[in-house]
Amino acid sequence: MSNTPTSEQDLSDLIQAAEGPIRIVGGGTRDIGAPVEGTPVSTAGLSGVTLYEPGALTLVAQAGTPLEEIDALLAKEGQRLAFEPSDLRGLLGTEGASTIGGVVATNASGPRRIQVGAARDFCLGVRFVDGAGRVLKNGGRVMKNVTGYDLVKLMAGSWGTLGVMTEVSMKVMAIPETETTLVGKGQSAVQAVESLSAALGSPFDVTGAAFSEGKTFVRIEGLEASVAYRAAELANGALAGFQPVSGAASSDIWARIRDVSAFAGRDGSIWRISVKPSDGPRLVAALDDLSPDALYDWGGGLVWLHVADQPSAGAARVRAELAKLGGHATLVRAPADVRATVPVFQPEPAPIAALTRGLRQKFDPHGILNPGLMGA
Amino acid sequence: MQMPAPNSRILSRKDHIVARLQSVLPVGAVVHDPIQTRAYECDALTAYKCPPLCAVLPTSTNEVSAVMRICHEEGVPVVPRGAGTSLAGGALPTADSVILGVARLNDVLETDYDNRFIRVQSGRTNLSVTGAVEEDGFFYAPDPSSQLACAIAGNIAMNSGGAHCLKYGVTTNNLMGVTMVMADGEVVQIGGAHLDAGGLDLLGLICGSEGQLGIVTEATLRILAKPEGARPVLVGFDSNEVAGHCVSDIIKSGILPVAIEFMDRPCIRATEAFAGAGYPDCEALLIIEVEGSEAEIDDQLSRIIEIAKRHNPVEVRESTSAEESAKIWLGRKSAFGAMGQINDYMCLDGTIPVSELPLVLRRIGEMSKDYGLDVGNVFHAGDGNMHPLILFDANKPGDLEKCEAFGADILRLCVEVGGCLTGEHGVGVEKRDLMVSQYGDDDLEIQLQVKDVFDPGWLLNPAKVFPLNVTETRRAG
Ligand SMILES: Cc1cc2nc3c(=O)[nH]c(=O)nc-3n(C[C@H](O)[C@H](O)[C@H](O)COP(=O)(O)OP(=O)(O)OC[C@H]3O[C@@H](n4cnc5c(N)ncnc54)[C@H](O)[C@@H]3O)c2cc1C
Ligand SMILES: Cc1cc2nc3c(=O)[nH]c(=O)nc-3n(C[C@H](O)[C@H](O)[C@H](O)COP(=O)(O)OP(=O)(O)OC[C@H]3O[C@@H](n4cnc5c(N)ncnc54)[C@H](O)[C@@H]3O)c2cc1C
Repeated sequence: MSNTPTSEQDLSDLIQAAEGPIRIVGGGTRDIGAPVEGTPVSTAGLSGVTLYEPGALTLVAQAGTPLEEIDALLAKEGQRLAFEPSDLRGLLGTEGASTIGGVVATNASGPRRIQVGAARDFCLGVRFVDGAGRVLKNGGRVMKNVTGYDLVKLMAGSWGTLGVMTEVSMKVMAIPETETTLVGKGQSAVQAVESLSAALGSPFDVTGAAFSEGKTFVRIEGLEASVAYRAAELANGALAGFQPVSGAASSDIWARIRDVSAFAGRDGSIWRISVKPSDGPRLVAALDDLSPDALYDWGGGLVWLHVADQPSAGAARVRAELAKLGGHATLVRAPADVRATVPVFQPEPAPIAALTRGLRQKFDPHGILNPGLMGA
Repeated sequence: MQMPAPNSRILSRKDHIVARLQSVLPVGAVVHDPIQTRAYECDALTAYKCPPLCAVLPTSTNEVSAVMRICHEEGVPVVPRGAGTSLAGGALPTADSVILGVARLNDVLETDYDNRFIRVQSGRTNLSVTGAVEEDGFFYAPDPSSQLACAIAGNIAMNSGGAHCLKYGVTTNNLMGVTMVMADGEVVQIGGAHLDAGGLDLLGLICGSEGQLGIVTEATLRILAKPEGARPVLVGFDSNEVAGHCVSDIIKSGILPVAIEFMDRPCIRATEAFAGAGYPDCEALLIIEVEGSEAEIDDQLSRIIEIAKRHNPVEVRESTSAEESAKIWLGRKSAFGAMGQINDYMCLDGTIPVSELPLVLRRIGEMSKDYGLDVGNVFHAGDGNMHPLILFDANKPGDLEKCEAFGADILRLCVEVGGCLTGEHGVGVEKRDLMVSQYGDDDLEIQLQVKDVFDPGWLLNPAKVFPLNVTETRRAG
């Protein structure tokens, strides 16, 4: 049997006949999680946009559709995936082309997440085959849907451990007329996060708020006159001394933040940590003994942490400090032997771990979908 | 509409169960007198009523936990209740169930403007969440029309929306964390002041689960800075079709209105007679609202009007002041009341792809003639969330049944054109039996299996959401 099924039925047959674990491969751009020993099953044969209605802001695509194909199609109508999925190939040193299924499976969202929401917020419906080979659907292609349980959210970010998605429906949005980034220099992380909080707490609809490589960045998008107005209001108020950058120069800044390019090509391990924004700098300061380097996105709430030369990527220290603050840390990049021993995803408290285990047991009764990837 | 027969073993043990509940709750927090329990016999779906065994009104998460432990040991079903404004019968009790009301859990626990969240107890009303932060220039975005009364607990359970969700999203997009008591009394924390889940997105699963997975006692909610201002424009058209196309064009243009509301002729006439907002007498009208500074509003409205003019509107009325805005909204806001003046009505909540609007409105019109029942349409057009209001006479024998059959036909039509049964009100008991038109057997089974994980004994709101015959063996167990 082929490991590149070309239909839902094919995939279902393949899963039902499987005699051991399966490793689900979208574009294969993510080599993370505890290394999965399993037969690779590719979604490449499940490709193509099945429906696109620009006037209804909806797109339905098979899960293996390359992200680039979707981006190009949307761009022709002046639209985009607003949650800004990143391209981590540079950071992770991988090749291949991301798929829409992989993006949903990892709930991959970039800088705009703070304002518009995550991939999970833009996914309207899914079709998937679970670990028993059942062909299932949930949600649909409409913006509002509370009919039954929201398994769409559950599938988004489940990293292929609950089922193999075959089709996803996404809400898309218009590309705004223009964007401007206000750039501040010379701030400490604490000062930067204070500035970002002030900007995010203003009525000026900030769509990006980051502190990276010594600079503080605040992005505004929208209609020409409106962006000019809001940039001026911020520069005259909360962001005094910040300088505006517009057009391609502005979008380049955010591509670099989105893709964590500052850490690409550097040796060492990378953590991706979600905390309360004001805790970002606090956490990094507390981890001073690891000599970390940090980038802050999401107003300070998303910390990309680089640590070099630490046994086990400093996992015990990172998680001990995080436990005091609340939040979660994922070990995005580390050598395979480290990932095999250090829990890559945040260990869960016992009652939550029991729920997770219970759900996986229902969706994947034989434990064959990406086993071990998200922990036992 | 059928509800499961009450368990006689539970009914006969009422005194014992009440005594046990009283032993863990403050004086007066257990309502068991048969006259007083009538206060909990229904929610806003008033066609169906049944007083519960008793109602409990705990004042802390620990008390909720103690109640759940007792109900778990005694095998008593529990129906969570916020403010009882559900239009789907979500909070409808059975005679053998305990109503667990969170009305006394209404404190603000933490407000954090730097990190833009508020943590509240779940019985707090929607509007009073905004009330707690408004003076400091913030608000909580999801704004159901029932916001004066409804509780955050019910909003989470139904994943409620509001007029402004076109821009700000519904409850699930604004919920960051919960404290929840499980069916066996265990207390869990999910999410918090940070974004997204470290593992599976359990928070997303709980939101919209209609009180079937756990009792939410606290919630962390995202708050936003209030916009500088907002103003609507009203545009009238001589056909529903054209109004529908205008909606698509606005959405596509890249302007992001906070609301696009739609009313059809029957609804316009009823509201005019009732509220006298001065609406044009036309086939369809749109109210489109945008936000920002004065200049930003002018810019957006002029672009919207330019688009609307391409569709030959019969009327364009741009608000230039707060007074004019209020007048434009007056009719829309009194639409339900106006329809209620004419007759009893049933409010549906099906959602369709925006592109199917003209077809669906035409079909509803045809069905209205077939059934001999009038229907008015007022809804959130930007996201395709319809609210057909079917008029009937509750005192006329057979009218309610006819109305329900008409409603079911409309909802099946919504599913047929690629939409769903409910966009924001929830399934409850009302749409329970229609679930099979949207989901296949396995699609339902996997949802039941999710409930098995959270509530193996099927004690939490067991007779809702899924057709009774589908859940029978589980409920019996
Ligand atoms: C820890 C971590 C955090 C990340 N966070 C972000 C972020 O914040 N923002 C961002 O933009 N990007 C993020 N990414 C990148 C994101 O993973 C990619 O954008 C996207 O997943 C790549 O798609 P792919 O097709 O290459 O997936 P692959 O690399 O092939 O697969 C990724 C994962 O998804 C599973 N998978 C793939 N397809 C399916 C399917 N159809 N059904 C079920 N499961 C499937 C795979 O088994 C694998 O576990 C993150 C990556 C990692 C490792
Ligand atoms: C006039 C009117 C206008 C309305 N407008 C809108 C609108 O614009 N948008 C909209 O979305 N809805 C609207 N609704 C519907 C209703 O107000 C919402 O569904 C609301 O969220 C219900 O909240 P509640 O507190 O009244 O919940 P209840 O009616 O008490 O309960 C609703 C559901 O929540 C469950 N529940 C309650 N508390 C908990 C808890 N602590 N833990 C777990 N589950 C719990 C219940 O079991 C039930 O299933 C409207 C209703 C009316 C009467």
